[in-house]
Amino acid sequence: MEKIVAWIDDRFPMTKVWEEHMAKYYAPKNFNFWYYFGSLAILMLVMQIVTGIFLTMHYKPDTELAFTSVEYIMRDVPWGWLIRYLHAIGASMFFIVVYLHMFRAMIYGSYRGPRELIWIFGMVIFIALMAESFMGYLLPWGNMSFWGAQVIISLFGAIPYVGDGLVEWLRGDFVISDATLNRFFAFHVAAVPLALCLLVYLHIVALHKVGSNNPDGIEIKENKDENGIPKDGIPFHPYYTVKDIVGVVVFLMVFSAIIFFVPELDGWFLEKDNFTPADPLTTPPHIVPLWYFTPYYSILRAVTWEWLPGGAKLWGVIAMGASLVILFFLPWLDKSPVKSIRYRGPLFKVALAIFIVAFIMLGWLGTQPAEGINTLLAQIGLFIYFGFFLLMPIYTKMDKTKPVPERLT
Amino acid sequence: MSDQNIDKGRRRMLTLATSAVGAVGVGFAVTPFVLSMTPSARARAAGAPVEVDISKLEDGVLLTVEWRGKPVWIVKRTPAMMESLVAVKDLLSDPDSDVESQQPAFAKNIGRSQDARSEISVMVGICTHLGCSPLEKFAVGPGNDMGDDWLGGYFCPCHGSKFDMSGRVYSNVPAPTNLEIPPFKFLTETQILIGVGPEEGVA
Repeated sequence: MEKIVAWIDDRFPMTKVWEEHMAKYYAPKNFNFWYYFGSLAILMLVMQIVTGIFLTMHYKPDTELAFTSVEYIMRDVPWGWLIRYLHAIGASMFFIVVYLHMFRAMIYGSYRGPRELIWIFGMVIFIALMAESFMGYLLPWGNMSFWGAQVIISLFGAIPYVGDGLVEWLRGDFVISDATLNRFFAFHVAAVPLALCLLVYLHIVALHKVGSNNPDGIEIKENKDENGIPKDGIPFHPYYTVKDIVGVVVFLMVFSAIIFFVPELDGWFLEKDNFTPADPLTTPPHIVPLWYFTPYYSILRAVTWEWLPGGAKLWGVIAMGASLVILFFLPWLDKSPVKSIRYRGPLFKVALAIFIVAFIMLGWLGTQPAEGINTLLAQIGLFIYFGFFLLMPIYTKMDKTKPVPERLT
Repeated sequence: MSDQNIDKGRRRMLTLATSAVGAVGVGFAVTPFVLSMTPSARARAAGAPVEVDISKLEDGVLLTVEWRGKPVWIVKRTPAMMESLVAVKDLLSDPDSDVESQQPAFAKNIGRSQDARSEISVMVGICTHLGCSPLEKFAVGPGNDMGDDWLGGYFCPCHGSKFDMSGRVYSNVPAPTNLEIPPFKFLTETQILIGVGPEEGVA
């Protein structure tokens, strides 16, 4: 056995990689509940790729056949229903994990220097995931698939001068059609997953270069013992691999309970309007994106001020785009001398609490008709959303922070 | 060769020139892939005019037909509906149909239709905001969830845009322009051809 390992190590840095990234990768010893979601996100990526491969064995990307091929998977393919539920509901679970992973970064300041690039790679992953999920949603060719794609692709039409041409180029036709379905299939099963794997690789390489942050927001590398090992560090393997297995088991229990008992989750994970085939002549009466898009969808709809130059439609699209772009700048907007919420003052805590409430409110409003008070509430949510980021340099600087200890607590 | 003999300027120039030629090459190589995503010849050829028989269409009832993959609405408007077009005028963003892209020249009038048969409305039933298909809300007044003063028209459930019986957009809604009127002409009293204007021959 040792000889085999030596033979390989002479030709490929197997032991070196294993030690650098697992057995001798020192992570802070105080990881808590919030640190489960990184490994769970990798689990979900693998889950989506594996179930996706098996779905492509039966799915047909053709407007005449797509809807019935999904029914066929659900009814006639042995265990097809399970594989499809794992994939379709897995998308929602993936977003739950990713949102909690991002929230962790926000409360413990994991995006702060020297981890700006980790955050930026993560944000690109988030946007690639949104594209992946959006294109995957067209594939069953249900009525919500069709009209959801119609609305989102039409967003690009708001761009002055090039908008109409761009929309035609994206659709490959003058309407959402077979050409659109086919190219979404190509992007969904090949292009975006490849990009995602590369981005996750970059995300982890950048993480392992600087080391993990922790709930105290202290750099463990600043306190090393005589062997150059961080005093507050423990090897990732076996300590955190074992810890993460616990997270995986609990997560899979929740995931299984949803799949086996409430797969549709009352329309939150699988929308009822998508159980009828696409009908280009009839929009579903309440067109609602899946829950993980609704905060941004709300921001889009909240802009109704016609006096804006270029019109409300263009600015709605700009606001939605800006709500994602602004996240990239988070590492530079935060001017606080401390990273973790544990040592931050009341201003940041209140701002973050209001932001979370506004974000959830926007998400809820995105599932409701845009009438009456809802539009006003969405507009308030929009201002809180942007206010949280744009005012951050001011309130994080003013905030009364607590002294940060030398070592982990 | 010592470093002093290296002509750095020349090197930089050559590197730049090579990179520029390389970039042009990449541009040429990418072009076929980008263009392959534009609508194909088959997609461009589709879109033949559609002939619709309206002899059995009742007054004030919405008929939806498909033209170029889009819903096209045909309504024979009642006299009350025609009167609402005048009453609604102050609530509209473009009452005189000044945005030329949204209708053929013949339809730049209050009914957004042909003068001889102005009660017949033919429209592309796609909201000019983000492309949903609005709902028919023809009933006047309350009972339609459209408010007590509602004069009849169309309502887009996606983002709340409102249109009158001529597809003219209300003010302060997300949709920027009136609904699109396709070219159409009457072949006979009860036959409409959608996709060809009154001045054009049949394609």
